[in-house]
Amino acid sequence: MGLQIVVLAKQVPDTRNVGKDAMKADGTVNRAALPAIFNPEDLNALEQALRLKDKHEGSTVTILTMGPGRAAEIIRESLYRGADNGFLLTDRAFAGSDTLATSYAISCAIKNFPKVDLIICGRQAIDGDTAQVGPQVAQKLGLPQITYAEEILDLKKDVITVKRRLEKGVEVVEGKLPMVVTVNGSAPDCRPRNAKMVMKFKHAKTVSEKQEGNQDYTELFDTHPYLNITEWSVNDIKSDADWLGLKGSPTKVKTIESVVFQTKESKKLTADDFDIESLMRELIANHTIG
Amino acid sequence: MANFYTDNAGLKFQLSHPLMKKIVTLKENNFADKDKYDYAPHDFEDTVDSYDKVLEIIGEICGDVLAPNAEGVDHDGPQVENNRVIYAPGTQRNLDAITQAGVYGLSLPREYGGLNFSMIPYVMAAEVVSRADTGFANIWGLQDCAETIHEFASKELKEEFLPRINKGATCSMDLTEPDAGSDLQAVMLKATYNEKDGWWYLNGVKRFITNGDAEIKLVLARSEEGTSDGRGLSYFVCENPKDASMKVRRIEDKLGIKGSPTCELVFTNVKAKLVGDRKLGLIKYVMSLMNGARLGVGAQSVGVSEAAYREALAYAKDRRQFGKAIIEFPAVYELISVIKAKLDASRALLYETTRFVDVYKAYAIVAEERALDKEEKEDAKKYQRLADGFTPLTKLFGSEYANQNAYDCIQVHGGSGFMKDYTCERLFRDARILTIYEGTSQLQTVAAIRHVTTGTYLAQIRHYQDEKILPELAGLRTNLIALTDLYEKTVNKVVETKNNEYIDFQARRMVEMAGHIIMCYLLLMDSTRDSQFTKSAEVYLNYAKAEIIRHSSFIESFDIESIGVYKQV
Repeated sequence: MGLQIVVLAKQVPDTRNVGKDAMKADGTVNRAALPAIFNPEDLNALEQALRLKDKHEGSTVTILTMGPGRAAEIIRESLYRGADNGFLLTDRAFAGSDTLATSYAISCAIKNFPKVDLIICGRQAIDGDTAQVGPQVAQKLGLPQITYAEEILDLKKDVITVKRRLEKGVEVVEGKLPMVVTVNGSAPDCRPRNAKMVMKFKHAKTVSEKQEGNQDYTELFDTHPYLNITEWSVNDIKSDADWLGLKGSPTKVKTIESVVFQTKESKKLTADDFDIESLMRELIANHTIG
Repeated sequence: MANFYTDNAGLKFQLSHPLMKKIVTLKENNFADKDKYDYAPHDFEDTVDSYDKVLEIIGEICGDVLAPNAEGVDHDGPQVENNRVIYAPGTQRNLDAITQAGVYGLSLPREYGGLNFSMIPYVMAAEVVSRADTGFANIWGLQDCAETIHEFASKELKEEFLPRINKGATCSMDLTEPDAGSDLQAVMLKATYNEKDGWWYLNGVKRFITNGDAEIKLVLARSEEGTSDGRGLSYFVCENPKDASMKVRRIEDKLGIKGSPTCELVFTNVKAKLVGDRKLGLIKYVMSLMNGARLGVGAQSVGVSEAAYREALAYAKDRRQFGKAIIEFPAVYELISVIKAKLDASRALLYETTRFVDVYKAYAIVAEERALDKEEKEDAKKYQRLADGFTPLTKLFGSEYANQNAYDCIQVHGGSGFMKDYTCERLFRDARILTIYEGTSQLQTVAAIRHVTTGTYLAQIRHYQDEKILPELAGLRTNLIALTDLYEKTVNKVVETKNNEYIDFQARRMVEMAGHIIMCYLLLMDSTRDSQFTKSAEVYLNYAKAEIIRHSSFIESFDIESIGVYKQV
């Protein structure tokens, strides 16, 4: 059985190695100062999708990402690893979207696909850490969802078995397709880029990228259709403008504080009974234990 | 998120060498594959860009998978269970990553599933893999077997075995036996032809076989009954039956490269197919693959030197004694700059040799399709001679420097370096085999000395002397011209004796003198293209000058009659 799988992926600023100029004075992320990378948990999600494709002949993995023109890089990175095609949802009308407006735009775009069996995405993105987009997409499409997935264990007919990673253990659940699965960072790493795929897709570009002036290999786009990455603007999806971008985003950032951890005064304890007992009293009193 | 390719500016530099255009144009046969394969390049720039991008994948796997696994692999090692090799868990993870990335079979033609890469990126990959895990570099490097099959086997055999390489089939090259090490003419494993079923059957024992339980095996065996020398040996390819007919009797417990299983194998009626023609096994096929294997050890060696340099530098910057970082002391910074100079020198030599190999091998492939014209034939011959001359130098210097650098790396670490907590002790153990296998340093000298006596090296040195260099490097060249004159004079003095034993006695010294001068010139030319090598050029010249004068002084003052003093009874 061939599955139609859509992977939702996001290009994010690499917040794992943050320098001092990572935040702007107004409290927003200085995207220019941080390298743009494939959101790590979306890579875990892609791997789960590719494993399903390996097991179920005739399946296709489609990448859907929303962002500025340079987010096409995420699609190429996915093609290098075995995805079949990709769509970039990009328009000024989407700018300033919070999770509600983002999931609305994405769910509208997903409706463009004739058939979708499974939507897989990372649990959360490292820039906002909300973990809301996956579940909201499910909600808007009226689909069931399994969150915190660590491994898709099995898929028979339209029943999927998933291992979830919870705070203090794992849980194995079943669900019925079509559905949304959000994948946890503890899932297996994504496979490396494949040499032949890199060589095949390295010239793949969106229309906007083609117009940016680098005219090398332009003749290839007609003879090799797979090198054309589809861009969707607001006009390519059926949506209500009031629900998009800033207008459709109820989230407002009030203030942002920079929290600096400071070492408190240290205390020296000896191993005598008195010191141990007073420490125990203190810990019980402040509810650290007991 | 480490990348052992992109973090090393000395590597990408190799892709910009002027000779690359010639190599790529020959190798890609005017880009004829571009309409047949969706991953074939469209032009020269596209090809080099693909080399760069694929090396980036390999560099990432090395940094993120191989290197973090290396300590565990060294500790766990492979095991033998029920006569089969079980890799260390880390080794298996390495193989899985390499296979998924599709970077096995780099140099094979596309019709057999390969990437049709020239030797330069292939050798660069080998270097990067070795920097991450020297033992794993052996398992990786055995994809050379595919080259041998491609070069010498029939079309049927190529179609049977080669497409599996890119999908991750492992290989082994079964040559040595208990009584046939450096002297492969003594190989006894017997191959018998059965006319009824048309198969060859192999019986006997092989020893010290790297990755001996691999899926595809090339085996040197005695096919001609009653013979006792190299002319009775043929080369066979066989599928590992993975049953009682081919048993892994034991794996060796080694000083280093512990992740690479070194096997003793017992063959009992193993079915095999003949590669190429009978009787040419040793004298043609093995001799040919030996040069490729030596280049591979050269790459492995430079990888060890790179790792040793980085470990030494990082520790010396970090470690504080007497109130400052130890790198601020002359004794330490000199040590590290010499490690770096030897690293850069042996790398320059490695890739110069590889370019020579690349050109003549590419000509050989062109020659399969059409006859070469006179000029091309001469050009091919010239590059083959240079490749033959430079390969033993690359292996000799690369492996000796890897050992010296690993030794000095421990020295920089002081007492801590002697403990298992630091990577440098593994590098030191892993490096030790490099001057031994695929021909000891002494045998490399035997291969190199005729290029001293016939003048291949001197002619090439004089050619380098005429290359354009930056004006500010002219002083270094003046020094080199004087050293070349000294080399020429010293060699003449030895060769004029016409005493072969005496020439052999002084061979290592003369070969080293030539090698030092060649590496100095290569560093001068590299510095002209990129200032990152200028320091090493100067440091290496100072080092080489002292070595050349030392050798020359030994030879100059040596009385040929006193050779007897060295003979031990």
